[in-house]
Amino acid sequence: MKTIEKLISDAAVFDGLSEDRLRLIAGCAGNVHFDEDAVLARHGEPADVFYVVRDGSVALETFVPARGAVTIETIGAGEVIGWSWLFPPYAWHFDVRALSTVRATAFDGACLRGKCDDDPALGYELMSRFARVIIERLQWTRVRLLDVYGYGGTR
Amino acid sequence: MAALAEPALAPMAPRPFRVVSRRRETGDTWTLELEPEPGAGAPLGPQPGQFTMLYAFGIGEVPISVSRVDATRLVHTVRAVGPVTEAICGLRPGSVLGVRGPYGNAWPVAQAAGRDVVIVAGGIGLAPLRPALLHVLEHRAEYGKVTLLYGGRTPADLLYRRELDELAARSDLHVNVTVDTADATWRGDVGVVPKLIERADFDPASAVAFVVGPEIMMHFSAEALLARGVGGDRIQLSMERNMRCGLGHCGHCQLGPTLICRDGPVYSWAALQPLVAVREL
Repeated sequence: MKTIEKLISDAAVFDGLSEDRLRLIAGCAGNVHFDEDAVLARHGEPADVFYVVRDGSVALETFVPARGAVTIETIGAGEVIGWSWLFPPYAWHFDVRALSTVRATAFDGACLRGKCDDDPALGYELMSRFARVIIERLQWTRVRLLDVYGYGGTR
Repeated sequence: MAALAEPALAPMAPRPFRVVSRRRETGDTWTLELEPEPGAGAPLGPQPGQFTMLYAFGIGEVPISVSRVDATRLVHTVRAVGPVTEAICGLRPGSVLGVRGPYGNAWPVAQAAGRDVVIVAGGIGLAPLRPALLHVLEHRAEYGKVTLLYGGRTPADLLYRRELDELAARSDLHVNVTVDTADATWRGDVGVVPKLIERADFDPASAVAFVVGPEIMMHFSAEALLARGVGGDRIQLSMERNMRCGLGHCGHCQLGPTLICRDGPVYSWAALQPLVAVREL
């Protein structure tokens, strides 16, 4: 059975962190399991946690009047769910729903923020890694804005 | 003089084929199965990746990729985006259209033997990749891991839905389908297809990738494959340009030093990248 530290080190967002750092982060982490259709987060609720998916996938959703729930993006194994724990007002911007059975590692955001305040080097390290996650999501969102399938092409 | 002129004209003369089957795939896309009219010669026997010129009589001619290789029938999946393709999509069984070809090169499926195969399709791009995928599955033991990554605009725009479900149920093939937009009833991924490449299971050191879709999607897919470590010579893409003659004579499909109808449509990213990087081409 893998320890939390090992599970964390397998996640791309924590790839290459020193054992000391991994141990520090693991102190704020635990394993969680969600059934299909379980709601992991709701828009506006406190974002006191983030997840790294180990198995399964989740949908980021928002409710659009007259349309119902619309999926903005799906997040799968190895990816991070949530960065609202990093910034005030620490509230979720979207709903998060499990599309399948999901196994994940949950991280206590307040606990990690406290450790970052105590150790600015750790804070910089984590902020850099989450910035990369945010940038990658932004880049793919920009590509999606191109609506590449909407123009031309007969074959 | 007529005897001399005939051979020169023959390559440009369409052969009559009859529509024997027509199936709606999406709101604007149809799959047609064609057979040569009596006296129009033998079935064409295209290779995976090749295309034909389809002529809607009196309206015009368009290049359309073969979407399934069949011994007797010519199978095309056509998206109605203009007058010619709208006319072709509107043809009922029993109707006749003109066919020239097959033209162009083929997917290097034989060279991919022994390796993992990653097929990346966007939108109607699944149609020209389908013969390559079916070839690999027919010779499944010759290949390593096989992955199909397919992206569309919405779930309603996805081609071959029933076939995709059957493919997804296979244990020897990994299928991942994503769409740009979906409501909560969609159980697949939402996002762009190149993003799927990041977490696909294949050996980047030896895998071969076949990619077709809108050109910008192929560009981002190639970059994602390169980022995973797949060499540019092992990333194969099928290009679409303004193909008219199909024979390399007219020059309409020229891309720098290459004519896509004659030298392509399948190119490696290593060969293609310097050309598509030039905006004026």
